[in-house]
Amino acid sequence: MPTTTRKKKTARKGSTSGRVTAETLAKGQREISVSEFFAKNRHLLGFDNPRKALLTAVKEAVDNALDACEEAGILPDIHVRLLQKDESRFKLTIRDNGPGIVRSQIESIFGKLLYGSKFHRMKMSRGQQGIGISAAGMYGLMTTGKPVHIVSKTSRRKPPQDVVLKIDTSKNRAEVVSEKEDPKKDSLFPGGTGTQVMIELEGRYQKGRQSIDEYLEQTAIANPHAQITWVTPTNETIEFPRAVEDLPDEAKEIKPHPKGIELGTLIQMLERTESKSLSAFLQDEFSRVGQRKASELAKTADKLSEKTITPRTRVSQLGHAEAECLYKAIQEASIMAPPTDCLVPIGSRALLAGLLKEVQAEFFAAATRPPTVYRGNPFQMEVAIAFGGNLGADESARILRFANRVPLLYQQSACSSFKAVVETSWKNYGLAQPRNSLPVGPLVVLVHMASVWVPFTSESKEAIADYDEIRKEMKLALQECGRKLGTYLRRRKQMKKQSERRGIFERYIGEIATSCHALAGTDQKKLYDALLKQAARKTKEADQKLDLDGNVVGARKLEQDEDVIILADRQPNAAPEPDGLFQDDLVPAKRKRTTRKKTKKKSRKTSRRSS
Amino acid sequence: MAKKKTTKKTAKKTAKKKSSRKASTGRSGVVSKQRDKETIGKITSLAQSVAKDGLAQREPSIEIPIRSVSNMKYNARKRILEMGSSTQHRELFNVGQARKFMQMLLVSKGCRDLIEAEKTLSLRGMYYMSLHTIEGTNEKTFNEQTESDGILEDLEVTIDGLREELHVFAKKRGTMVGNITVVDNGDEIDCRRMGTGGYAIPSICEPSVIQFKDCNADFILHVEKDTVWSRFNEDRFWEKHNCILTEGSGQPPRGVRRLLHRMHKELDIPVYCLLDCDPWGHYIYSVIKQGSINLAFESQRMAIPDAKFIGIRAEDYDRCKLTSDVKIALNDRDITRAKQIMDYPWFADKRPWKKEIKTMLNNGFKMEVESLITKDISYVSEVYVPQRLKDGDFLD
Repeated sequence: MPTTTRKKKTARKGSTSGRVTAETLAKGQREISVSEFFAKNRHLLGFDNPRKALLTAVKEAVDNALDACEEAGILPDIHVRLLQKDESRFKLTIRDNGPGIVRSQIESIFGKLLYGSKFHRMKMSRGQQGIGISAAGMYGLMTTGKPVHIVSKTSRRKPPQDVVLKIDTSKNRAEVVSEKEDPKKDSLFPGGTGTQVMIELEGRYQKGRQSIDEYLEQTAIANPHAQITWVTPTNETIEFPRAVEDLPDEAKEIKPHPKGIELGTLIQMLERTESKSLSAFLQDEFSRVGQRKASELAKTADKLSEKTITPRTRVSQLGHAEAECLYKAIQEASIMAPPTDCLVPIGSRALLAGLLKEVQAEFFAAATRPPTVYRGNPFQMEVAIAFGGNLGADESARILRFANRVPLLYQQSACSSFKAVVETSWKNYGLAQPRNSLPVGPLVVLVHMASVWVPFTSESKEAIADYDEIRKEMKLALQECGRKLGTYLRRRKQMKKQSERRGIFERYIGEIATSCHALAGTDQKKLYDALLKQAARKTKEADQKLDLDGNVVGARKLEQDEDVIILADRQPNAAPEPDGLFQDDLVPAKRKRTTRKKTKKKSRKTSRRSS
Repeated sequence: MAKKKTTKKTAKKTAKKKSSRKASTGRSGVVSKQRDKETIGKITSLAQSVAKDGLAQREPSIEIPIRSVSNMKYNARKRILEMGSSTQHRELFNVGQARKFMQMLLVSKGCRDLIEAEKTLSLRGMYYMSLHTIEGTNEKTFNEQTESDGILEDLEVTIDGLREELHVFAKKRGTMVGNITVVDNGDEIDCRRMGTGGYAIPSICEPSVIQFKDCNADFILHVEKDTVWSRFNEDRFWEKHNCILTEGSGQPPRGVRRLLHRMHKELDIPVYCLLDCDPWGHYIYSVIKQGSINLAFESQRMAIPDAKFIGIRAEDYDRCKLTSDVKIALNDRDITRAKQIMDYPWFADKRPWKKEIKTMLNNGFKMEVESLITKDISYVSEVYVPQRLKDGDFLD
């Protein structure tokens, strides 16, 4: 077992994907204990400081819980509780209603670093490396000496398993401290199944930016199908209710795309494969390579290589030089883009639902881009924006970043999404934007990247690497949302302007009617009403004209757009309802006021005369 | 309504009284009544057209001739500035014009009331007359007097009536003394016996107000400002040379221009101008001669195409042997203005004038009339002007 550990760790260190065979690489290596490595590199995993450590532990546990529930087809119901034991010591409890963990797996999952199902597959999921929860447990053990306590129930008929695990860091293996079946804990899992993890660890709890609260809030936005209950150290219970009742579709697993691998990976794959011939290797290990494409690749490689390469060449005979030729051949060939049905975006409607319940804004818009590919990895961008309402008007826009539904809280400015937001010209959409910075205004921007492999800038998964393809997609999605916002803001402005216009006309009409009455003896009220009617018609005409003047989305169209939500009651200074503007029933309402106005005016006039 | 009628009646009564007095002293009480009636008619029809449009669900608009350089042309035959035929439409249902539209009607109403009451008001008075807060708002009908002044000028050109006909007058400016007797609103004024102050030229100099009587003057000397005028008056210049001496405090107001025009036309005496040698002096001359751009519609009644420019001339520095102390350097604004004036079409075909302005520009300095005092206190009235008059040395 220790071999496996070493193997995988090396793989991680080399930051390549795929499997590593120990034989070639481990020769010159001395064994490094996991704890040694971890103690030296805890910042890589997100345990740099007590505050962040606490957040990372919550994050890993919640991510695992959500993944587990979704894979089992259960709507997640997650409880997070943080208990402060003393100033810097906390007890973290996370419970889900997932499928539970079979007894035999508990040690491996919670007691071993780099053990997991997610690293070796090309499938969209929250976790990737399989470090998370065991690292949190290990951090707890290292800082407090307390073992991890797991309660898991896999079936309604079986009693929950209560296991206490201590991680033997030097052996990367869990030691069971105690285990028992505890039917009393049935009450923890009303749904019949589930897992509860308790970790005691050193940390610091603080609200605000980059806090557990923010993380959970954003998780709730990106996972509107999840119900999250959060009990803070001050024993306050915060509920993040479920907004949609549908589970996201399950993501499909795909094979890697030839264009998405590097030479090193290719060599490793060649060494490791069970396929005998080159053609079979290409077809079995990659997506979008059929017999014809395999022959084509072999032929191109043959031209580049000194040795002959045919589709039937045995894989074992391909040396480093041949692998390089094959790699070049792959780069030259045109290969169909990888299948993108493996991606499960959050979806515009769910995004809007998520934002709607957590952000007090007046305008919401979402855009989901069609799936695309970067370096052979399929990915899909989604953007949603919330504007106005109770959001701070003088602050820079807030960016909520997500990768595979996981909120990213650190290193915002290193993230591709940040750059995309900055590069988008928000001035076009009616927002202020200082040079090279975020737009200023009551704006929240949500950026979500769904991909089988999210390229993070570091192992602690804090920022998305800045690939051109990714940034381009982000910008396109941002622009799509921005245009809708621009239309909305223009319309809001127009509506204000129209009501002002009408106000101007109405204000002066009274004076004009009075003057005309005095000069030409015209019936004052008749003239007033006639002019008022014209004013109403005039402003209405202007409304329509402005809409025809090349605004992309007309007034009605914006309301009909499924990816847009407008909450009129949160609009500032209660701008008039757009539909009410043109209704004829407004005229009699004004008429009433007219008569009142006129009588007042008369009395004023006489008083002026008498004085 | 009853209240209103009574006020009207009293107004009529006073009017009767007045006209009877006028009838005994002068001639034009009836004429003025006639003109007032016409003016009221014009104002009423303006309001009627607005009301008619409004009731017929048409957009009310008022056609206003444009008062700007673009709509002004020089009539070479009449030698005056005239207003062109371009007009603008002031619309009620136009956000930028709605307020002005309303103000126009308010001022119309104010003028109508004024005419009916047979009284006159200053521009400032007119501003207060139409000033009130709009019902239901805290917006005033006029924010400042300049607003109502502009509207009044619009009204003048729109109904093709004069400010005097609207019973509004500007601030009084300008003085006169000389060999003439005028009748001002029935009072006989002998301008030969005006002491050091002179006769203050009223703002309205229409025949209904002022009539000429007993004039023996040979010409009119118009000077730029009262300092120079005082010099001439003290030296009894008008007595010695049998003339009328006027002053307009810089750019002469309508009253002065109208009076000069009338004296020139009705008494058939020439007008000579003594102005500073600078672009502003030149433009004052241009206004007296051809009319002003802003009031181009009144040139017909104000311009004196035969007016002559005596001085100060640019060449006078050498001719009168002045010292360099009197030089006032031309600044950039002066130079720009001088070039502008030189390009005006009514200066364009006058070589001597072009030469005059060019000489001034070449000199690089301007001179005031007062600069002649460096020669002698009364040099201007005893040597300079008589010499020029004798030689017939004018610019036209």
